[in-house]
Amino acid sequence: MNTLVEIDQLKTVLHASDEPIRAVDGLSLKIASGETFALLGESGCGKSMTALSIMRLLPDVGEIISGQIRIKGIDLLQLPEFAMRRIRGKRISMIFQEPMLSLNPVMTIAEQIHEVLSQHSQLSHSSAQQRIVELLEQVGISDAEHRMHEYPFQFSGGMKQRAMIAIALAGEPELLIADEPTTALDVTIQAQVLDLLRQIQQRNHMAILLITHDLGVVAEMAQQVGVMYAGEIVEMASREDFFNHPAHPYTQQLFASLPEKHKRNHALAVIQGTVPSLAQIFVGCRFADRCQQAMAVCHEHIPRWSLITDGHQVRCHLYDSKNQHAERSAVINDSIIFGAPDKNTDIEPITAVSPLLRVTDLKVHFPIRKGFFKRIVGHVRAVDGVSLQISAGKTLALVGESGCGKTTIGKSILQLIQPTAGSILFKNRELISLSRSQLQKIRSQFQIIFQDPFSSLNPRMRVRETLLEGMNALCVNQLSDTHNEQEIDLLLQRVGLPIEVKWRFPHEFSGGQRQRIAIARALAVNPELLICDEPTSALDVSVQAQILNLLKSLQSSLGITFLFITHNIAVVEYLADEVAVMYLGRIVEQGQVDEIMDTPKHPYTQALLSSVPKIKQDRNHPLIRLKGDLPSPAAPPSGCHFHPRCPKAMPICREQYPAVSTFSNTHTSHCFLYSQES
Amino acid sequence: MPFDLVLLWTDALIYLFVLMILIGMGYVRRHPHLLASWKRVGHSASGMSSLTILLFFLLIGFLDTIHFRPALESNNSQSEPIYSVDVLSALDILVTPLRTQVEKTYSAPLATHLYAKETIELPDGQQMRTFARLQYGGAHLQHPETEHATDVWVRSLQGAGYGFAVWCLLLIALTAALSKQYECSFKQSFGLVWQRTSETPWYAILITLLILLLLVGCVSALIGYYHVLGTDKVGQDVLYQSLKSIRVALVIGTLTTLIMLPFALLLGIMAGYFRGWIDDVIQYVYTTLNSIPGVLLIAAAVLMMQVYIETHPDIFDTTAARADLRLLFLCIILGITSWTGLCRLLRGEAMKLRELEYIQAAHAFGVSHWRIITRHILPNVMHLVLIAIVMDFSSLVLAEAVLSYVGVGVDPSMISFGTMINAARLEMAREPMVWWALLAAFIFMLALVLSANLFADAVQHALDPRTRTLRHSNRLKHRPHQSGKNAVPVTIETNTVAKTNHRI
Repeated sequence: MNTLVEIDQLKTVLHASDEPIRAVDGLSLKIASGETFALLGESGCGKSMTALSIMRLLPDVGEIISGQIRIKGIDLLQLPEFAMRRIRGKRISMIFQEPMLSLNPVMTIAEQIHEVLSQHSQLSHSSAQQRIVELLEQVGISDAEHRMHEYPFQFSGGMKQRAMIAIALAGEPELLIADEPTTALDVTIQAQVLDLLRQIQQRNHMAILLITHDLGVVAEMAQQVGVMYAGEIVEMASREDFFNHPAHPYTQQLFASLPEKHKRNHALAVIQGTVPSLAQIFVGCRFADRCQQAMAVCHEHIPRWSLITDGHQVRCHLYDSKNQHAERSAVINDSIIFGAPDKNTDIEPITAVSPLLRVTDLKVHFPIRKGFFKRIVGHVRAVDGVSLQISAGKTLALVGESGCGKTTIGKSILQLIQPTAGSILFKNRELISLSRSQLQKIRSQFQIIFQDPFSSLNPRMRVRETLLEGMNALCVNQLSDTHNEQEIDLLLQRVGLPIEVKWRFPHEFSGGQRQRIAIARALAVNPELLICDEPTSALDVSVQAQILNLLKSLQSSLGITFLFITHNIAVVEYLADEVAVMYLGRIVEQGQVDEIMDTPKHPYTQALLSSVPKIKQDRNHPLIRLKGDLPSPAAPPSGCHFHPRCPKAMPICREQYPAVSTFSNTHTSHCFLYSQES
Repeated sequence: MPFDLVLLWTDALIYLFVLMILIGMGYVRRHPHLLASWKRVGHSASGMSSLTILLFFLLIGFLDTIHFRPALESNNSQSEPIYSVDVLSALDILVTPLRTQVEKTYSAPLATHLYAKETIELPDGQQMRTFARLQYGGAHLQHPETEHATDVWVRSLQGAGYGFAVWCLLLIALTAALSKQYECSFKQSFGLVWQRTSETPWYAILITLLILLLLVGCVSALIGYYHVLGTDKVGQDVLYQSLKSIRVALVIGTLTTLIMLPFALLLGIMAGYFRGWIDDVIQYVYTTLNSIPGVLLIAAAVLMMQVYIETHPDIFDTTAARADLRLLFLCIILGITSWTGLCRLLRGEAMKLRELEYIQAAHAFGVSHWRIITRHILPNVMHLVLIAIVMDFSSLVLAEAVLSYVGVGVDPSMISFGTMINAARLEMAREPMVWWALLAAFIFMLALVLSANLFADAVQHALDPRTRTLRHSNRLKHRPHQSGKNAVPVTIETNTVAKTNHRI
């Protein structure tokens, strides 16, 4: 194995204020050519700063204070800027997280690729054009000759990331730095992009430094894994060692906090506390304060690298030779069982109780207007005939890719969006025909939690006013101020926040804490139905575990019903009782969580489940890669909406929409592969 | 009574405005969390220095607002006192020498002779063309050629000395007050002020005050004997004109804004928030209003007003009342025509905000539209409003100058920066050039607008909760470029929370 890149004791600081922040603090790693090295870590641990240090593209406040970055023996940090410009794009290139933001919207794709080509090679115009077509074909863009002259807005999200990869490949780099390349993409598109990266790597024998927070992506892509925590690498191993015997307590706790199916009846393990401030000088292990196995020595001495097996190193005192006899068994604390008896055993017959919420044939169409008189020229069929029902105290997960209408359903149940047709029965009461004042009276019974905790709280209102708003508006309790204060204190305790926080503004909190405040706001009016619109997708894994635990304990103590909108299959497996899979405004499959996860019937469900990057490599079902993107809901395909992407499409799929096929009392699907009910 | 108080329309509005500010201050004092954020304005050095200067201007403007008519000495003391037709203000009395010492024509700052040669008759009957001595400026000097410079220096140093003495008194009073407040020794609180350890930047205020008092001392020592900023074409003191212009500028700046704000805020936010036909109607209104040339509209309205004033002379007992009504009307018209820019800005911002999730959450609670607008949208667009108001302030003062140039601005009898700048147009083209009138207007306007800008900046910074953490957490923030996932790193929380803890 010939080493391509070698980083030695890299230290990067940010001079954002009085005390420097040691964003990267003594990082060393080696990447062999043709290898994928995954740098794993939560947000704020210095992953991206490492990438930017390698490219020498740090922000103005950033400074590399020591260390070496060698690519085939050349120390990048010694090079003058003009020489560095010949390295960037030619030997090292980079792709970013947000494809929408990294492409210039006023330049065509061809122009943007040409920029790189003209910088690094003297090609004539025609051969440059030829090369651009080649590059775009290489990243799987069909009809490249025509599409290269299009602008980024004409490309879909996945296509943009492909174009971004094409730009990165234009200089034929030896090292590709991929900074969260698929975080902004849907699972099926993510699977495509990861596939593409693997193919290109094999073809070009290129090294990839993959920066990610997703253990699943690491498992699919990496040969070597480095776990970063608070500015340094704490564990380095090959993929097999890493997933089979994670050594560092942080890594172990990270695995334990992943939601999985077999943890359904347990609380997820939570890493206590928060990442320490990087402005301080550490005297002991950086993880010691949050570590469940911390010893006295951890607070006093900085741990050195310990070799466990060949190529598996860890920075932890537990593996010091003199501490060999110390207890090393991983004590992962996931044994807290909820008070309620095992839920799976007492499934009540669903027909017995009338459901809390029954949605029948719900349609939400947004008109497309054009011209001077705003004539309606068409409709975006965001939700096109959806029926579902939730029993009290249960969790229904609504799963699908972005743009399939999940959020629209949530908002139209709350009457935030006026449905076009259909009926929404809440406790046998029709919501759609209600007037604003009638609706006002029952609004307290259903509430919503949003995805982005940073935009869901008014930055100008203190936590107290945020919580009071709902109480006052819905007149839940027209009682004295002191009673309100007690109520607020109770709510904050219930979501696990100290009482004093009610006097603070939302910006003083981290993402997880903000999400707790948002949950408290919804709980303030004692709702029976809580619509959770991707409440954890903007959070780190360890924070996600905290929020999921909170939601689960709220359900068991207050008996709240959840409509859980998500694209994260692992969360569904952990939390949901029933699952409905949506595709382009319609539900294609519906059933109990085990039925859907174990025996998915609809080809889309099968593809969706197989696209999810999994940590355990043992797959029961073969990989199904979907081609293409989600079609526009303004012009859905004829017949079954899924047929253009379906691997099992038949002629009849193009002509008419399939009727219901029933597999069990609870499990239904819409597909011609199964016997149809008339 | 030796005088008769006169309440002009704009005076009444200014009193009302001051009353509103006082009520607002009282409201803030009663709410600790509002008080805490306003106190932060007091912690910004630039904000407090500019507030000092701004208060000085406001004081002059306020003194100039107290109008009255002095009683004329009547022959028969029994009958009703007869009041002068001239309306004077408290400021006029304070700077009487400036008002009364009128020269023949132009004279340079601190000059002893006129700026233009003229033919004078010598005592022996001969005629001579020379620079005549001024009637007041340096009149006390026997030999101006030799004594002039020393006299000016001595007097200004004397004045500066008085200014410094006043400042020392203030310093002692402040230190004594501080030592009483913090219950520490006089020396300790003196150190508190100058070692910049106190939360309020007293040193900045004191330095600004020192400069201000030295200037005021110099000028007040000189005004009895010289024209510090020269005289204009009809021999009126330019310093007096500048001081009188301050009130007009403040009135135009604040009243116009007050008139424009309700339109801009309400219509802009309504258009952005409700969309649909409300948006269409509001958009058509402001697009139409915008496409009419502003100057024409204002000219038409002012001329109509002028005709009305001239045909009804009986309703105004003084020229000042006439001029004042015209000023008020100008403010109203400027206000009605200038809300479109801010309105459009707010419409865009409201359109952005209405899609945000906290507004959606408020909808889910069934919060009323009015409450959403006032509680959620308005506070989040206030920074735009504040910036727009301060930016408009200078452009409104300039708009007044432009309108005065066309002849539809303030009444010709009223002194304003606009009329001064207009006069300067001819003076700059003259040979030799008369530069001081324009310079005086420039310096005063610059000081006023700059201090207003800096103060607004400090206010905006202190009231926006987000900018505050940015400043606090900068040292803890390690990924400033981070865009997607978690815009605020987790590490911030413990530290900022701890910090705000002992602050509140």
